[in-house]
Parts: sequence; structure tokens; C-alpha cells
Amino acid sequence: MDNKLKHVAVPSSEITSESAYFSRRDFLKAMGIVSAGALLAACAPKPQPGGAANGTGNSTPVPASDQTDELGDPVNSFDEITNYNNFYEFTTDKEGVARLSPKFNPKPWTVEVGGLVHKPQTFGIEDLLAMFDQKERIYRLRCVEAWSMVIPWMGFELGELLKAVEPMASAKFVRFETVYRPDEMPGQRSPFYPWPYQEGLRLDEAYHRLTLLGTGLYGGMLPNQNGAPIRLVVPWKYGFKSIKSIVKIELVEEQPATLWNAVASNEYGFYSNVNPEVDHPRWSQASERRIGELKRRETLMFNGYEEEVASLYAGMDLKVNY
Amino acid sequence: MKKPRYTPLQISIHLFGWYPLAWLVVRGLTDNLTVNPIQAISQWTGYHAIIFLTLSLACTPLNTLFGWRELLKRRRALGLYSFMYASLHMLSFVGLDYGFSLKFFTEGTATKPYMLMGITTFLILLPLAITSFKWWMKRMGSGWKTLHKLVYLAGITAVIHFAWAKKGDLVGLSGDIVKPLVFAILVALLLILRLPPVRRWASQLKQKTFTILKTKPV
Repeated sequence: MDNKLKHVAVPSSEITSESAYFSRRDFLKAMGIVSAGALLAACAPKPQPGGAANGTGNSTPVPASDQTDELGDPVNSFDEITNYNNFYEFTTDKEGVARLSPKFNPKPWTVEVGGLVHKPQTFGIEDLLAMFDQKERIYRLRCVEAWSMVIPWMGFELGELLKAVEPMASAKFVRFETVYRPDEMPGQRSPFYPWPYQEGLRLDEAYHRLTLLGTGLYGGMLPNQNGAPIRLVVPWKYGFKSIKSIVKIELVEEQPATLWNAVASNEYGFYSNVNPEVDHPRWSQASERRIGELKRRETLMFNGYEEEVASLYAGMDLKVNY
Repeated sequence: MKKPRYTPLQISIHLFGWYPLAWLVVRGLTDNLTVNPIQAISQWTGYHAIIFLTLSLACTPLNTLFGWRELLKRRRALGLYSFMYASLHMLSFVGLDYGFSLKFFTEGTATKPYMLMGITTFLILLPLAITSFKWWMKRMGSGWKTLHKLVYLAGITAVIHFAWAKKGDLVGLSGDIVKPLVFAILVALLLILRLPPVRRWASQLKQKTFTILKTKPV
């Protein structure tokens, strides 16, 4: 098994190096054709009625390209990424999220960053977009339900934001919270979940260069159904760890509670790293279906990011710390 | 005038029985089965298998409560539609999802409780479907009735299978449990209504209601 995994893994320099990520915006700028965006829009996938891409920005989503992740697998289409969403704040129906999300208004938006930090601050989403360089990162997303996609995110490293607020030495974990707006998010009226959604990372996981605060998709702003206007993207963990529509980031000393852990603690652990050898108690995690493919493929250790992140868990029993 | 061959109830049942399959075919042909079509097919067929199973379990209690005798004749059709969608559901898992790869299927999934519960349900429904014809009924005599009481068990295992396949905890009432919970309540009700004391009480209630209705001045 190990050999097989090593075979597909690539050197960390290739994955995490910023220059290795093909940034379409930079490419277009270099070619001097940014103003030709209208041309591109002509062949862009149609946004959802009501505005799939009604984030806080004005960029037009561009069509699926020949882009691939570092393993050579093509990115999923904008249509697939924006019409098949697990976002229980709206509905448990994955196709229904895109239909319900236009009602959600992600502007104005602020993110409160506080807790055990020297410089607590509330950032407007515009501040975050201006303060930090927004880069494109192509990541695999593996859902705990055993399907996966390859997604071209835009965003910046969470570590950059954390550095800006200067965490205290006592801070050990980061806690995230989703907005609570049952009027705009009908799923939040369900009594069967302890809303609002919350998630957490260990501080070293939060500082990892792969850990992204996602603000966009396909070069455009983040659509509502994908967690507008700002969400977490942790590619080596199951998708539910990547909390959406974040309003609060808190540095804390104790391991924070998470929503899915509260719902079923034996099934959804704090770490929830993608691991083909540790099954969900009710189904196997050994294989997955890539959206757009018919055959199952084998799931990779840490979702194919083993080389980059395995050291974070050195000496830990991943069966116990699932 | 000749009596119509099919009753309105019968026609409704058959229309409703084929509609899920027709819907699947139309959506499939128009490339409208979501971006994860295999999952869509599995869930759609499974969902309708449990709907028809619940409907077939509802016939007897509804007759007890409301004296709608024709329902007793429609149990078989409802049960067979349930079996049809359960078979398609199984096929979509074994065939579409796992490409008939026994290795993938047994290693990855067949040892999982929710799958075992689903397979159990299917294995209960299978002999019931096979022996659902008059020829078998005559041949098996009183054994037929006993065998077909297994459908109560299928109702229970089907609900557990449904609940376990979802991200939630039916017992703890948390997570994605609304639909499994609705079926759990329905099936529980339909089984309770079969318990002899409850059944007696229900038919007495029916008698009283009828008497009141009949004696009330218009």
C-alpha cells in the first residue's frame, strides 16, 4: 500500500510552491487579454438562475479548461461544482442547494477573528480580499460520502491571516463558525442539528501551507452554494471539515467541538483525515467516485497529500484519532 | 352495461407503480440525473422500494379502520412494485456502482451493517415475490400465510437500512433523519395496528362510527 501511495505522491515543493499553481488571472494578465473577458464569458457555463456566482465580486466564471491537479486529473466543470453541494444549512438535497442559495445575501460580510490573539480584529470581506494575495489552487475534495471532485479554488492561506492577528502562545486550536441566518438558510430551521455549524483545526494544521481560506472558484467569486463569501479548504480532510460562510475565527486552548462530531461522535472525529484504511463505521472509505466518472477509484491516503501532511500526525494512531 | 375491468384504485396503483421507472428513463435520456447519476438511480429506486413496501403494509390496517375491502386485493401489486424497485436498487449497487466486481463489493461494502440490512431486506422480499402467485398460494396452503408474514420484518429492516445509509442518528434524533423517521413512524404504526388487541379496538371503533353515521338524522 505504501509503495503505491508513494508512487502517486509528488514532492511537496511541486504541490505547495505558489509558482507551481497555474493562475489563470496571472496568465491572462501576462497575455494582456484580461479585457477580453467578455469573449470568455460567451463560452462560460451558464450561471444558475438567480445567480450562482452572486458572491461579493463581479468576475465572470470561465469555462472548464484543460487544467488538472498535480496528479494529472482534470478539474470538474463549474456546473458540477456549483450544482452538487453538501450544504445542510440550505437543504440535505445536494441538487437543491443551488436552487435555495440565491436567497442568501453574503454582503456586507465581516469575519471576527479573536480569542487568544494579541490583535483581535473584525475584517470586512473586502479587507481580506485586498490584504491578501488571492491565488488559484487546484485541490481534490473528497466527501465523507465517498465522492470527490477536483476544484480550482481562489483564496489565501489561513496562516497569513493568523499571523496578522498574532496568536498567543497559549493558543492550540482554531475554531470556526458559520453564519446563522435561518431566514435565508431554511436548513438551519431543522431541529436535528446543533446550529450554527462549527469546525476546528489544530494550530499546526491551520498554519499548513495547503490550508486555504477560499474566496473564489474558477477565477470568480465564491458562489453562495459553495460557501460564499469565505470558507475553509483543507484538502487532505473530508469535505465537511471545510466549513462554509465563515463569520467567526477564534483561537482557543482546548480542542473545539464540531457539528458533525456532536451529531454522531463515533462516526465523525475531530481529525477526519481522508484515510482509505479507516472506514466510516457504516461504509467503506477505500474507494470513491470522482464526479464525472463512472468507475470507482481507490481513495488515496490523506487524499493524495500524504507527502505534505503526514508529518503532522507522526506517532498518532489514526484509527483512534479518526 | 359491463362492469369495468379495472377499478380506479387499480389504475392509480399501476400508474404510480410505473411512474418512478418512467421518470428515471426520461431523466436518463435527457441527461438530467444530476452529476452523480449512479447515486441518483440508487437513491431513487431505493426510496420507491420503501414507499411501495409501506403502502403494501398499509392495506390491511386501512381495511380494518375504514372497511375498504378492495385494498386487500391490491396488496400483491404494491408488494411486487416494491420488489421491482428493490431489485433495481440492488442492481444499481452491484452493477452500476461496483461494476459487478465481487471483490470491491464484498470487501468494501457487503460487510457494512447498512448494506447487510439492505441485503437482508431484499432476501426477505425475494421469496415473497416468487410465491406471490395464486398457484403458490394454493400449493403452500397455510404455510403461505406464515411465509408472507415475513413482510413485517422486511418493513423493519428496510427502515433500519434507510436510516443507516444517512448521515444521522435515528435513535439520538440528530442529523439527516427526517425521511427515515417518517417511514419509521409509519411502519411502526402499521405494525401496531396489526396487534390483536389494537385490531379489535380499531374494528370496534369502526363499528361504532358506522352506527353513529347510520343513525344520525340527515
